[in-house]
Amino acid sequence: MIRTLSVRTLDRAKILLFMAGLYPLARWLWLGMQNDLTANPVEFLSRSSGTWTLVCLLVTLSVSPLRQWLNQPALLRWRRMCGLFTFFYASLHALAWAWWDQGLDWAPMLADVWKRPFIMVGMAAFLTMSLLAVTSTHGWMRRLGRRWQYLHRLIYAIALLALLHYYWHKAGKSDFTTVTIYAAVMAVLLGWRLLRFNKRRTR
Amino acid sequence: MPNYRAPQIHSSEITPEHVWQSRRDWIKVAGASLLTGAAGTWPSIGGAASLASLEAVTSKQFFTMEPRTPEKDASSYNNFYEFGTDKGDPVKYAHTLQTSPWKVRIEGEVVAPKTVDLDDIRKLAPLEERTYRMRCVEGWSMVIPWIGFSLSELLKQVQPTGNAKYVEFITDVQPKNMPGLSSRSIQWPYNEGLRLDEAMHPLTMLVMGMYGKVLPNQNGAPVRLMVPWKYGFKSAKSIVAIRLTEKQPLSSWMKAIPSEYGFYSNVNPEVAHPRWSQATERRIGEDGLFAPKRKTLMFNGYGNEVASLYTGMDLRKNY
Repeated sequence: MIRTLSVRTLDRAKILLFMAGLYPLARWLWLGMQNDLTANPVEFLSRSSGTWTLVCLLVTLSVSPLRQWLNQPALLRWRRMCGLFTFFYASLHALAWAWWDQGLDWAPMLADVWKRPFIMVGMAAFLTMSLLAVTSTHGWMRRLGRRWQYLHRLIYAIALLALLHYYWHKAGKSDFTTVTIYAAVMAVLLGWRLLRFNKRRTR
Repeated sequence: MPNYRAPQIHSSEITPEHVWQSRRDWIKVAGASLLTGAAGTWPSIGGAASLASLEAVTSKQFFTMEPRTPEKDASSYNNFYEFGTDKGDPVKYAHTLQTSPWKVRIEGEVVAPKTVDLDDIRKLAPLEERTYRMRCVEGWSMVIPWIGFSLSELLKQVQPTGNAKYVEFITDVQPKNMPGLSSRSIQWPYNEGLRLDEAMHPLTMLVMGMYGKVLPNQNGAPVRLMVPWKYGFKSAKSIVAIRLTEKQPLSSWMKAIPSEYGFYSNVNPEVAHPRWSQATERRIGEDGLFAPKRKTLMFNGYGNEVASLYTGMDLRKNY
């Protein structure tokens, strides 16, 4: 087992995490310059931003289990940045839909959210995530105290909504391979919380 | 010396150029990797540049002044689920499709059923280059110069009987060569159908090539259908059977999701797909990232030619 890293080490190494978080964006810019965004760049970028949102979400959810499994409590310092990157890519994903697909037309957008369950679920996840992004600061942690913990547990609801959004998107082609993989990872990460909850209850 | 007579080589025995080329590409790559010893970049096997050219007369009747979709886009962005459900899968995996020898059975409610090969089909009528719009149900479209002729030329040969009301098209199934068959999205083989008058319409095209060359595998080689006023999935690829029937055939997409896909599938901006609007579309290769989507035209802009087929029909009910 490697030695337990200090809070100072992880704070200093945060710049590396930041650069890693920018990788998806950098890759899109690189592909764009190579004219390699496929024949339908709008579709590619919309879907890619969705995929990376889901990946960042799972990375965020894995911080707490990894703290325990790798015995690195200081990893907690990285959790907010992971969450905010998730929100960053979710915002790009939502913007791609609102702008490229809907032409920033409010009436059709509202109609779409209402008529299409998979959009409604995605929008619900995004709006909830926005709330968490806004209250991610130290100021809000102080203001809300204990309630901050309860509010930010909404990430579990967001995770399930995001998975449902992805499942419904793939359902049209009965293409469930990738959905199953994401669901399996999520099951492990959320299952760890259930186990911890049970342990604390029976203490 | 007596007059030399060259052996008669049937055109179906000729190694397709892309196979000939791909064998050379493999030899080159094998040689290169022996020399470099590293996993370098593999040259594209069977790329568009190595397809046999197909001579055709540019149609004076069927054309459009709209800019053509770049050939690279038309041959690398495809829905051909037999090779995978991603748009980029067919260009990657369809090189395994066996397109020679190829036979098409024309059967069912006909006086003279027959089985034809590619040479027979090419001799039926002069090959024309027709530039058609193609609108996918997903909301994107292309403008492609197809090479072929009206399907009616083939159907006339077999003489449909008085009972023939519909035409069914069956795509080939090659279990060893089609990795996408394990997908449960479609009940294989892929099949589609048209009403007899739609199939006999001059616009309906039996296609053997595009962009001046034979069809790339990923575009439905060696012979496919093109019905430009309907959503793209109606234009079946890699056809091995054409069946004239009395009853309306149940197409693959009707079987897969009956609430979303009907028999007619005419391009219609006023009838939304249950999961998205059909009022607009994105023209591949032309509409950039920041260009607004363009309005979809009724019958994909072929209303003058085909609207009369549907007078009095409720196109919302018959979607």
